[in-house]
Amino acid sequence: MPDRPAIWNFLLGRLSLSSLPLDNTIVVWTFVAVALGGAAVVGAITYHRQWGYLWNEWFTSVDHKKLGVMYMVLATVMLFRGFADAMLMRSQQAIAFGSNLGYLPPHHYDQIFTAHGAIMIFFVAMAYIAGFMNFVMPLQIGARDVAFPFLNNFSFWLTVAGVVLFMASLFIGDFSHAGWLGMPPVSELRQSPGPGVDYYIWGLQLSGLGTLLTGINFVVTVIKMRAPGMTLMKMPMFTWTTLCTSGLIVVTFPILTATLFLLSLDRYIGTHFFTNGFGGNVMMYVNLIWVWGHPEVYILILPMFGLYSEIVATFSSKRLFGYSSMVYATASIMLLSYLVWLHHFFTMGSGADVNSFFALTTMMISIPTGVKIFNWLFTMYRGRVRFTVPMLWTMGFLFTFTIGGMTGVMLAVAPADFLLHNSLFLVAHFHNVIIGGVVFGVFAGINYWFPKAFGFRLDEFWGKLSFWFWQIGFWVAFGPLYVLGLMGVTRRLSHFTDPSLQIWFIVAAFGAFLILLGILSFVMQIVVSIRRRDELAVGNDPWGGRTLEWSTSSPPPPYNFAFIPRVHERDAWTDMKKHGYQRPLEGFNAIHMPKNTAAGMLLAGLGTVFGFAMVWYIWWLAVLSFVALLAAAITHTFNYDRDGHLDAEEVARFEHTGNWAPKAQGTTA
Amino acid sequence: MLSGCDLVLLHPAGDVARQESDLMIASVILMSLIIVPVLIAIGVIAWRYRSTNKHADYDPEWDHSSKFELMVWAAPLLIIIVLGAMTWIGTHQLDPYRALTRTGAGQPLAATTQPLEVEVVSLDWKWLFFYPQYGIATVNQLAAPLDTPIHFKLTSTETMNAFFVPSLSGMIYSMPGMQTVLNAVINKPGDFDGFSSNYSGEGFTDMRFRFLGMSQRDFSRWVAKVRASGGNLDTRTFNQLNQPSRAEPVHYYARFDADLYHRILNRCVDPGQLCMDAMMTMGAHGDHAMRDGAAGDAMPSHPSMTAPARDAATH
Amino acid sequence: MNTTVVAPAHAEPRDFLCREEAHPHSGTLLGFWLYLMSDCFIFAALFACNAVLGTNVAGGPSARDVFDLPGLAVNTALLLFSSVTFGFAMLEMARRHKRAMLGWLAVSGMLAAAFVGLEIHEFATMIAEGAGPGRSAFLSSFFTLVGTHGLHVTVGIIWLIVLMVQMGKHGLTEANRRRLMCLSMFWHFLDLVWVGVFSYVYLVGVLR
Ligand code: HEM
Ligand SMILES: [Cu+2]
Repeated sequence: MPDRPAIWNFLLGRLSLSSLPLDNTIVVWTFVAVALGGAAVVGAITYHRQWGYLWNEWFTSVDHKKLGVMYMVLATVMLFRGFADAMLMRSQQAIAFGSNLGYLPPHHYDQIFTAHGAIMIFFVAMAYIAGFMNFVMPLQIGARDVAFPFLNNFSFWLTVAGVVLFMASLFIGDFSHAGWLGMPPVSELRQSPGPGVDYYIWGLQLSGLGTLLTGINFVVTVIKMRAPGMTLMKMPMFTWTTLCTSGLIVVTFPILTATLFLLSLDRYIGTHFFTNGFGGNVMMYVNLIWVWGHPEVYILILPMFGLYSEIVATFSSKRLFGYSSMVYATASIMLLSYLVWLHHFFTMGSGADVNSFFALTTMMISIPTGVKIFNWLFTMYRGRVRFTVPMLWTMGFLFTFTIGGMTGVMLAVAPADFLLHNSLFLVAHFHNVIIGGVVFGVFAGINYWFPKAFGFRLDEFWGKLSFWFWQIGFWVAFGPLYVLGLMGVTRRLSHFTDPSLQIWFIVAAFGAFLILLGILSFVMQIVVSIRRRDELAVGNDPWGGRTLEWSTSSPPPPYNFAFIPRVHERDAWTDMKKHGYQRPLEGFNAIHMPKNTAAGMLLAGLGTVFGFAMVWYIWWLAVLSFVALLAAAITHTFNYDRDGHLDAEEVARFEHTGNWAPKAQGTTA
Repeated sequence: MLSGCDLVLLHPAGDVARQESDLMIASVILMSLIIVPVLIAIGVIAWRYRSTNKHADYDPEWDHSSKFELMVWAAPLLIIIVLGAMTWIGTHQLDPYRALTRTGAGQPLAATTQPLEVEVVSLDWKWLFFYPQYGIATVNQLAAPLDTPIHFKLTSTETMNAFFVPSLSGMIYSMPGMQTVLNAVINKPGDFDGFSSNYSGEGFTDMRFRFLGMSQRDFSRWVAKVRASGGNLDTRTFNQLNQPSRAEPVHYYARFDADLYHRILNRCVDPGQLCMDAMMTMGAHGDHAMRDGAAGDAMPSHPSMTAPARDAATH
Repeated sequence: MNTTVVAPAHAEPRDFLCREEAHPHSGTLLGFWLYLMSDCFIFAALFACNAVLGTNVAGGPSARDVFDLPGLAVNTALLLFSSVTFGFAMLEMARRHKRAMLGWLAVSGMLAAAFVGLEIHEFATMIAEGAGPGRSAFLSSFFTLVGTHGLHVTVGIIWLIVLMVQMGKHGLTEANRRRLMCLSMFWHFLDLVWVGVFSYVYLVGVLR
């Protein structure tokens, strides 16, 4: 506690002026930039009188499409943050050799890789997949919304709460330096007495709860709300992967919650779960966190597999090859992902039997994954492949991910991992699969579904440019890391002694610069497309789509479908087109719609205050916000009046004015 | 050593690392059997069936073929069976706990050969090496005679690290209150990089040491040099050394308190602290504690937990 | 499904729309069941910690020294009985006897409150004896597992009170009945977890 009158310690906990990193010029300038940028945005919104619009149409919305878009925006903003961290690390490592210590002492460098990793995983990759699942899945199953629309809104705001705490750590106090998994003993009080690890814990607890609720919500949605006729084996592939991922979330995120909870007990009330003395056991943490951590990477990649399946089939103008193989592959990946966690610490001295067991289970996962790659190949085989932007990203994925998969299996060979573990080879590998798998998928998906969400396509030129910068940039940035790994260079180093390594780090930094150009091209793509939106306007089915989301207007009306579709075959929309389906223009019914609510924002806001108070030991505020949270939650349950409805005339108006142009661009071109 | 691209993991100087490296290379070759054709097929198929190529056949309903499906499951399965078998055998042969049976290809170990014993402690943020057979200790410098098996026992004071000399062998974690074991051998003379390869906080970046592979004669000279340095590593010196520090220079100690390693491992360096092994024998479950190292028998039900405490002495 | 035969366009007409507004079935019970499953995993993690750390007494008291088995029997009985009485409440709800249902709910709540009270007492005694959660990893895991269960019961009691108020105000509406069903699942789930705690943490703890 700072040295000052007790009343201040009571009021502010351990927060004080010195918590503000005023001595760090980088942070101060970042703050100035963020503050100015924020003020500009707030000013612009106020000037254009858009607050009401944002509030009514977005923030309080329980519409899964709006929430999906908000997740995507949040993830993109956080991608910029996470990438800025990556650039800092890349430039530090490119210069910090010998007597040159670079500009980031370990104290900062360590926080940066921790923030980069945690943000990229939780607030970029997870937020993107939550965005896609939100936007696409209910449309694909012909539903009006998800099973629990309010909960969905609440989940989103909980994710934002986590983001707020993470971002606050940049300017108030500092962040964890214990790596993205917060491993003890580094994350215990002895080595991390400051607020950093607490920011990390509470940020992840809040957003983790949001993710768990999303998982539950989506499992129920897929199980209960599919359109009549859509049996499990007629579900679109993306819906299947959403189901599997959500199932994985339900069974793994509680373990993350429990693990972080135990860590926080160690830090707050002096228990001895993971401490060195008093019988604590660090390995318990390592095991628990990876029991969550490995399935987590499949939580990220499975929806992307589904997304690629949709894209490959659409742009090959052909049915997906080996649908049931794909389903079984997805399900077996889901099950196996729970049995491999120990491959993250073969080097902890487990016996040969244990290591071999986990090596084999890990290798087994590559079989269904390989099956998927083959099936995508055979989907293109005898197809008519159109190289649109989403398809380019998918091709890039196929190349990149296949190689990343191979290096992954190398790491699964336990004796090889004794050499490669924790090296830059490993860093190259997981970026290879995460960027090649998840990030490429994100851009493929954005290009693919953007017209559905907004009624106009994204510009092709900037899209292609972005693709090539990313694709080439990726290899230039991470190819050298494979080499450095084989040279025996380990990860998380902020300074090097051997000057012969420097050239590789310089090349890697140049690669990161190319990726920067890729990101900027993406921003340009969005800006240019918004300007040219009239030219780029599309109807309901711009790509010759095969699944139900393409059967409704772009953007879809709030209720998605005026009439719930009836499904007969797997590619339901292709089936409808084949049978000359004509959409009705009259005879609409009134539709039940859940009302908007600010409750999700309020609850998550109180959660943020609670987290902040806990981080800074401001106990009165913690108690107060917790009680308020409880009271608000209870009050919310007293609100029985959550449904409104849209009457038939309004439905008719939507149906008559929506974007329905029948043309499908280049379906057969 | 300082060439622009010294891929040490592909041609290490120690037999254990070499075998691990060979396995790694073999796995790449094996996987290339399937990866390379797939990479080529991606390009070829996409190009051949591009929408502007009206000569290619087009069958929008073709979505199943038992023959192909069998192939897509069987091909990866076969590769994985072979790779799995290799891995299973390799993992057992190269188990760091297993005493060496050879010092190089075609050089079986004579039954009489005594391994060099080294006790390794990772401190914040430097490495301490005890040579119980010679009664000497060093900081941030490790030496070993060529073609002689080395038997490492490892622990840590406060943080979790990994002991790694890429030229010598794979890495192994060193953890507070627990003991891990590593068997290795160096076959070529040289001055090699060693470091911690598990992030352990602020001074991690500088947590490096040199590993010297030397002929038996040079090694004897080296031992003599350390002895001549005269320093004594007692509890007090150790506690000083144990203060967190970065980029610590090399230290030599001609003597050390005989039970110091044992006390570090059992977290009772300071007089008056109860050693973990004693604590356990006191309890009702003393039998756990009788194993080598005693400490850290934290999680007997879990595989990875039993390992560190299990008796390293297969020899 | 080897469809090499291309279906002719405009084949037999198919009905692609549901003309009537469907009544979507509520997913609340399934959702709540999924939540319970996820909660199971939290408890699984805590049980695993207890299994691993249960003998790490670090020179402090062991299970045999601190557990009061007779007191525990009373406690267990209280919780099991509250489950039975909750069952009665559910029966009364099915019969639409609001007053009787509320009565049984009150009884269940009080039994659970007594359970929590006894547990707090047990904790206080242990801490006073110097066997608090900070004494050893064994005690950390004990307090955390049992305490987490107790916290769940407390939340259950609060929820019960809220629901009783809502039942009183709005009666046995469909929404309220669904909520009570969820709470009943929660209640029995906590019972099950307690059986695990009782037999594993306490009984096995004393034996090993
Ligand atoms: C966009 C280009 C990216 C670049 C240039 C980049 C660069 C880096 C660098 C330099 C490190 C530190 C390596 C070290 O410790 O020595 C790192 C670590 C990491 N990155 Fe990235 N990264 C990128 C994208 C991503 C993405 C998209 C993700 C995940 C979605 C991600 C996840 C991680 C994780 C989990 C770590 C480990 C953090 C830790 O050590 O705790 N990165 N990255
Ligand atoms: Cu993994």
